[in-house]
Amino acid sequence: MVNYIWLGMILMGVVTAAWNGQIEVVTKAALEGAQTAVTTAFSLIAIMAFWLGIMKIAEEAGLVRVLAFLVRPLIRLLFPSVPRDHPAVGAIVMNLSANMLGLGNAATPMGLIAMNELQKLNSRPDTASEAMCTFLALNTACITVIPSTIIGIRAFYGSADPAMVVGTTLFATTCGMAAAILADQFFRRLYRLRGGGLC
Amino acid sequence: MLEAVSTVSKWAIPVFLALVLVIGTLRRVEVFESFVAGAEQGFGLAVKIIPFLVAMIVAISIFRASGAMDILVTVVSPVFNLIGAPAEVLPHAVMRPLSGGAALGIASELIKEHGPDSLIGILVSTMQGSTDTTFYILTLYFGSVGIRKYRYAIASGLTADLTTLFASIFIVTLLYAHLS
Repeated sequence: MVNYIWLGMILMGVVTAAWNGQIEVVTKAALEGAQTAVTTAFSLIAIMAFWLGIMKIAEEAGLVRVLAFLVRPLIRLLFPSVPRDHPAVGAIVMNLSANMLGLGNAATPMGLIAMNELQKLNSRPDTASEAMCTFLALNTACITVIPSTIIGIRAFYGSADPAMVVGTTLFATTCGMAAAILADQFFRRLYRLRGGGLC
Repeated sequence: MLEAVSTVSKWAIPVFLALVLVIGTLRRVEVFESFVAGAEQGFGLAVKIIPFLVAMIVAISIFRASGAMDILVTVVSPVFNLIGAPAEVLPHAVMRPLSGGAALGIASELIKEHGPDSLIGILVSTMQGSTDTTFYILTLYFGSVGIRKYRYAIASGLTADLTTLFASIFIVTLLYAHLS
C-alpha cells in the first residue's frame, strides 16, 4: 500500500511536470527534498535527546507503575476475559501508560509482551481474541499528553509557540480513545450475534 | 474554549517536567545521570528516521513542484470544504495509518511550506501528534504471535482513526479558522 502511494506521488509528479513542459523541476525538487529531510531529521536530535532523558527519569522513578495502578479499574472493565492477576494485565497497563506519556519506544516491546500473554489465553491460536481486539483498538487510539516529535519539528521551522498543539492533540486523542472503546464494544457484540465464526 | 486549550498547551510541558524531576528526586533517582543516559539514545533515533524522511519528502516535493499537488487540491477541495479543512492535508491523512515515518515526512514538508503557525501547519501537527500507524501496529502485534484472522480489529482501529482525524479537523478549524 505504502509502495503504491509513494510510486503514485512520484509518477504523477513526473507526468504533470512533463505535461507542463517543465521536467527540470523534478530533479531540483528531489534534491531539495532530500536535503530538507536530512536537516529536519538532525533538528529532531535536540528534542528527542531532551525527551528521552526526561522519560528515562520518569521510568526509573516508577512513574509508569503509578500510572499503571491508576488505570487498573478501567483495564478490568475493558478486559473481562483476562483473569485479575494474569501477567497480561501488567503488560497491557504498562503499554498503555507508556503510550499516554508519549513513550513510543517503551510501548512497543511492552505491547508485544502483552500480545504474547493474551495469546496464551486464546483458544484459537490463529484468530484474534476479543481481548486482543480491544487491546489493539486502545493501542491505535491512545490519549497522548505530549506529542514531542512534532513539537520539535514545529520549533525547527520557527514556530512562535511550538507546544500550542498539545491542547488540540489532547482533545483529538480523547475523542479517538472514546471512539476506540465504543467501536470495540459495538463490533464485539455484533460478532457475537453473528456467531463469532465469520470474519 | 481557545483559552482553555491554549492554557493546557502552555502548562503541560513545564508542569510535567517539574513533576518528573521532583518525583524522581523523592524516589532517589540520580536525575542528572538518568537524564544523560536517556538522552544518549536521541541521536540514534533521529538518524534512524532519515531514510523514511528522505523517501517521503522527495516524493512530496516532486508532487508539489510539478503542479500535481495543485491538481489534487482542486479536485478534492469541494469535499474538504464541506468539513472546513484545507485539502493540502489529504496526503497526510492517507499516509498516517500506513507509515509513521512517511507521515512525519509529509507533515514536515507541509509545515515548512506553509509555516508552523498557519492553519495547515497547526492542523497537520495535531493530526501527526494524535493519530497512530494503525496498520503497522496491527501487522506487528498480530504477526508477533502468529494471528492471521484479525476479525474486527481493523474495523475498530479505523473507526478510532477516523474519529481522531475529524476531531483534529474540528478542534483546529474551530479555534484557528482566523489564520487561514
